[in-house]
Amino acid sequence: MASANKVLMIDYEKCTGCRLCELVCAVKHDGISNPVRSRIRVIKWEAEGVYVPMSCQQCQDAPCMTGCPAGAISRNESMERVEVDYDLCIGCRTCVSVCPFGAMNFNPIDRKVIKCDLCDGDPQCVRFCDVKAVDFVDADRVGQIKSRSAARRVRTADTRATAIHSDS
Amino acid sequence: MPLNRKIAIIDLTTGDIDVKPIPLAVRKQYLGGRGLDAYLLYNHTEKGCDPLGPDNALIISGGLLTATCASATARTHIMAKSPLTGLLGSANMGGFFAPEMAWAGFHHLVIKGKADKPVYLFIHNGSIEIRDAAHLWGKTTTDTQWAIRAELGDEEIKSCVIGPAGENLVRYANVMTGIKNSAGRTGMGCVMGSKNLKAVAVRGTMDINIARPAEALEYNKQFIDQITSAKVNQTQGTLGTPFIWGATNSWGGLRTRNFQYNQCEYADDIEPERLDDIATETIGPHHMTGCFGCQVHCRAQYKIPSGQYAGKYDEGPEYTSQGAFGAMPDCRSAVTVLTGNHLVDQYGVDNLEIGSIIAWAMELFELGILTTEQTDGLELRFGNDEALLEMVHRICTRKGWLGDTLADGGIPAAEKIGNNAFDYLIQVKGMNNLHSDERATPALALNVATASRGSDHLRSRPAIDLYHLPEPVLRKIYSSPIPYEGPLSSEHTDYEGKPWQVFWQENCYMAVDCLGICKYHTVFLGATLPNFEDWPKVIYYNTGLELTPEQIWEIAERSNMVERLFNLREGLSRDDLKKGDMLNHRYFDEPCLRGAPGVVGRTIDREKFSKMIDEFYAHKGLDKNGVPKPATLKRLGLKNEPSHLL
Repeated sequence: MASANKVLMIDYEKCTGCRLCELVCAVKHDGISNPVRSRIRVIKWEAEGVYVPMSCQQCQDAPCMTGCPAGAISRNESMERVEVDYDLCIGCRTCVSVCPFGAMNFNPIDRKVIKCDLCDGDPQCVRFCDVKAVDFVDADRVGQIKSRSAARRVRTADTRATAIHSDS
Repeated sequence: MPLNRKIAIIDLTTGDIDVKPIPLAVRKQYLGGRGLDAYLLYNHTEKGCDPLGPDNALIISGGLLTATCASATARTHIMAKSPLTGLLGSANMGGFFAPEMAWAGFHHLVIKGKADKPVYLFIHNGSIEIRDAAHLWGKTTTDTQWAIRAELGDEEIKSCVIGPAGENLVRYANVMTGIKNSAGRTGMGCVMGSKNLKAVAVRGTMDINIARPAEALEYNKQFIDQITSAKVNQTQGTLGTPFIWGATNSWGGLRTRNFQYNQCEYADDIEPERLDDIATETIGPHHMTGCFGCQVHCRAQYKIPSGQYAGKYDEGPEYTSQGAFGAMPDCRSAVTVLTGNHLVDQYGVDNLEIGSIIAWAMELFELGILTTEQTDGLELRFGNDEALLEMVHRICTRKGWLGDTLADGGIPAAEKIGNNAFDYLIQVKGMNNLHSDERATPALALNVATASRGSDHLRSRPAIDLYHLPEPVLRKIYSSPIPYEGPLSSEHTDYEGKPWQVFWQENCYMAVDCLGICKYHTVFLGATLPNFEDWPKVIYYNTGLELTPEQIWEIAERSNMVERLFNLREGLSRDDLKKGDMLNHRYFDEPCLRGAPGVVGRTIDREKFSKMIDEFYAHKGLDKNGVPKPATLKRLGLKNEPSHLL
């Protein structure tokens, strides 16, 4: 599958807070516009201008999976995702309460738990996010991308420090 | 389906709330948003009603496509009879309010009457509650929003609110949502204040069904690609609207020192690149933010770098703040612009109007028409940054003789100040012009003169007229969906063909205002952006409504005509300097002193201007006096004026 070895990577610093990801997620999955149907949520601190998209990390050792009393949650290795079998799910919402990221949500209209399924390998949040605050990258590149970004900051700081030093 | 969103008619005097469906017949006539609001305002107010009395109707709405899977349809529209102009009051803002209101079940609110004490509305999944707002009164716009969230225990609540300026009935107080999204023009916040209405808070989790979701999603992607591939939007997404200020200043289209000059010289500190540097320094490299569902992200985030308000977070500034606190008062400091922007956001007042009115007062002071006695000792001269910011405080709190006088708006202030103060006031229909100078651009001059809400650029401005596009390109845009074979000129100083461009833009902007789409997503600043030909699909996929480009054009024409009918009912007449489609004499008499070689020396030619008005009226189906001809009303289905379906 296209999604093999790819993970959702969120860089909240890039997020503009527009919430288009929430809209397209709901429309893609349910054909309906309603952010409570979205698997991804942008959490905001508007007074500071900080926006953080939150979605499922597809954990290796997922608390939702271990916690599910009905055995309805499993890891699909070929899709690199954790998924819910709705035929087994009893709707107890244990997964919602144990998820450390709040990424397992409860849709109050259909009264069922919902989570990111990576749109079967073509995540719409990524497709629509122009600034790539949400991206879909090879798992082995995540650390590398973060390192490069951190290195850039160190470099910038160093350049500034040098400038200050040479000014004085 | 967005078509099942309702209208609520709320009487604050009695507490009665009437919730109704919006008939499909009305949708087909006005779509939603501003067009439907105009219809509602006409029907829900009586001729001559007091804008600050209980009989005025305050209308808050989302567009037809708001909260659907259509890009950048987050606009909130607010309408009422204006306490600034006595004519049509209308203002539009981005943010997140209108979609949340749609998810809460409503597309239009008509708020009438007056509460006997401060209240706010809480609208949640179909229910409407009138709540006490005593504890919110006196709070700034942002503090009010955060306090409502804390009180109701939900961080997802979106509110549109007034600040102290609205409470103090400053005639150009605005309505705000978020940090800086403002329904700025024509004093809609003053109307809210007059009704003792501090805020409207909304929260919704109700479904909006999409008629054809798969197609809507795919078309949205295509639409966004069309929008974000436009160079102008890429620039907007980097520098925000300040880039327009910089571009306009470069050739001499910027109002400076009230109206003394048309270019602000030595203004490096308030150029877009400098403001962008401050945003980068105070926020970081990723400092652009946007409205719901929009990929243009044209709004910068910043912290004030120094001064009394150092460290305060805000958003913007838009080009209007560079004009209001930069060029017009001739204060060329970034800190002043960013501070002024912050103050108007917190007080909840229209930055265009307050900046323009202070610049006017500065000119009057320098001419000796205003005295130090009247300014309470303030040296209100051009370039006095401290005096400028002090006047913002005084106006918003109505402090001192001048603060109180200027808070009433330009025309009443001019009458109170006396002498020939009015001659220097750059206004149309009682509303001051934005920071642009239209003496070298007849098309833009015609736009500000005839705009339905007073001197304004967002009603009919053919901004692409400045790009000198080849005639075939202009022809392609302006001869669809209605054929046009008359003249079109690429030259921005020409008069020929401009009335048609203004007429076309008037209908284009009305259409997006009915749909709830932002103007950066249509032919405003970019010639390649979506227009009439592109909207039928997005409407059909999202709502199932089948409309042709020609039908959308006709709806826009009809809606504009209802606004015209409202203005005529309230006293509009063609050449009236205070209530007409007429410009201040300075446009005709004082030549441009700065700018590009083709700009220096320009004035608007009175005769040619009058001829442009004649032509513009003819395109609209009005007679020489600006009154619709019977055949026009018949064609638009307005023969008996707007009928009372809602």
